[in-house]
Amino acid sequence: METPASAPPTVGPDRRPGTGDRPPRRELGVVNVFSHGFLLIWALLTTLPLLWVVVSSFKSDGEILSDPWGLPGALRFENWARAWTEARIGQYFLNSGIVVAGSLTLTMLFGAAAAYVFARYEFRYRQVFYYLFVGGMMFPVFLALVPLFFVVRNAGLFNNWVGLILVYAAYSLPFTVFFMTAFFRTLPTSVAEAALIDGCGHFRLFFRVMLPMAKPGLVSVAIFNFLSQWNQFILPQVLMQGDESKWVLAQGLAALAVSQGYQGDFSGLFAGLTLGMLPVLAVYVLFQRQIQSGLTAGQLK
Amino acid sequence: MKHGKYPLIITFLVPPLLLYGVFVLSPYLQAFQISTTNWLGYSASADYVGMENFANLLRDGAMWNAVKNNAILLALLPVLTIGLGLFFASMLNMGGRRGTAGVVGVRGSGAYKLVYFFPQVLSVVIIALLWKEVYHPNNGLLNATLRGIGLPAPTWLGDPRTAFWAVLAVMVWSNVGFYVVLFGAAMQAIPKDIYEAVMLDGASRWTTLTKVTIPLLWDTVQVAWIYLAIAALDGFILIQQMTDGGPNHSSDVIGLRMYNTAFGSETKFGYASAIGVVMFFLTLSVAVLALRASRRDRIEYS
Repeated sequence: METPASAPPTVGPDRRPGTGDRPPRRELGVVNVFSHGFLLIWALLTTLPLLWVVVSSFKSDGEILSDPWGLPGALRFENWARAWTEARIGQYFLNSGIVVAGSLTLTMLFGAAAAYVFARYEFRYRQVFYYLFVGGMMFPVFLALVPLFFVVRNAGLFNNWVGLILVYAAYSLPFTVFFMTAFFRTLPTSVAEAALIDGCGHFRLFFRVMLPMAKPGLVSVAIFNFLSQWNQFILPQVLMQGDESKWVLAQGLAALAVSQGYQGDFSGLFAGLTLGMLPVLAVYVLFQRQIQSGLTAGQLK
Repeated sequence: MKHGKYPLIITFLVPPLLLYGVFVLSPYLQAFQISTTNWLGYSASADYVGMENFANLLRDGAMWNAVKNNAILLALLPVLTIGLGLFFASMLNMGGRRGTAGVVGVRGSGAYKLVYFFPQVLSVVIIALLWKEVYHPNNGLLNATLRGIGLPAPTWLGDPRTAFWAVLAVMVWSNVGFYVVLFGAAMQAIPKDIYEAVMLDGASRWTTLTKVTIPLLWDTVQVAWIYLAIAALDGFILIQQMTDGGPNHSSDVIGLRMYNTAFGSETKFGYASAIGVVMFFLTLSVAVLALRASRRDRIEYS
């Protein structure tokens, strides 16, 4: 709705005598150019490194070494193919998908259930349990690493997706419970009371009435948890040290960087990075509104 | 709501509590106990040594070096990120100010927000590896540019004088976009008539920002501060992937110290847990201090 710097303003009687010492119209021109200048610089700073990686993923190693700014001589999709199969990025993608699908389901189910109970029912030690859960948000995960390693190993879940799924879910619970408890509290009690009077059981009430009403909150938390579990690095690094074929994407990319560094296979590394980031960016561009509002709401509550 | 609620409470609460207790609470509690032993990992025995690990930590030069780096991060990361975040958010949401039409965003603010948020959805590992290539001394994007305009091209991550700052820059880079969107959302919630009143009074853009917008955003800034402070005490993934604490420990941080002590060549689990305990108390005190220092009366629009 802005007018270009030179055009006259189209709206309203905007300047009243004596209401300020500078005419708004001139300021508009200066500030818009000024704003766009800075905004463009940061936009370039954000996109250039990403674009550079994508462009480099098509280059040959020679082109990468001799001319970092140059364009590739040909679209070498074979770099992508090499990364996908030989460096197993495809396999790691699938592994991450399996683990996150499992842990996200578990997180949402357990998190919503516990939060609902905390938000809606009175029982003894409710506060104690609640703060026990939510306290987990404050602790650095590093403190737990050493004992967690042994807890998982003693449970026979070391180097095992089930172990990873359970651990991801457990570490996502504090935030999920915290956020969803606040959310369930905002839902009107009258609907729940009416349903109970009509003879609806507590379980039915939860699945038929409360969960559907809580959908916006659930979506926010699910987006937040999806991204943090998909990008998880330190937990798999400690709990999935063995069998390479079971690694998740972040581990696979880190290992790729090390091995390609030795082999000097830069194009393979760039292709791997591109494969690792393009799908996530594509999903983000499609659902940007939900993702942005989900993540910002998540951090603010 | 009285009848039959206990079956639900028990079915809904016990499984999450079990999962949380086994994989989160019990490791945290055990960590405190392990930190008072001299446990050296897998098979060796663990003897109670009391506060010895903590006493050794006080004399550990590498640890102090890591603490120093975390302290620098703690001082700079929130200031730089919040500063840039507020700057760009106000450009985006108020750059198109026009007469009495009030405060409007610049053209294309949606596109800017889309792009700025990119680093937030990428895995930190990808960001680390990407920037490691950008900083590459010979074929990196940065040095190619510098050489192109005739400037010297340093070995960013291989030089103890620059490695830490290069990583700090990436931390700021990867966080700013999120806070632009966060502050932007908060700015959108400020009622337009406040700005109209301020403009009628003839306030300049700068006065409007510092005297009206930022005070009204204070709650959000406070939350941002706490998150960034906690992030500043971590920094593990970026540092491990980009420099592994080097060269010559110049970019080491507490998290990396702990990881290498526990899972490096020697598995000093007792000592590593002591580092974890120190980190726990540092994080806790930073969070409490940040909350206290920035406490203000909540402003509500009605």
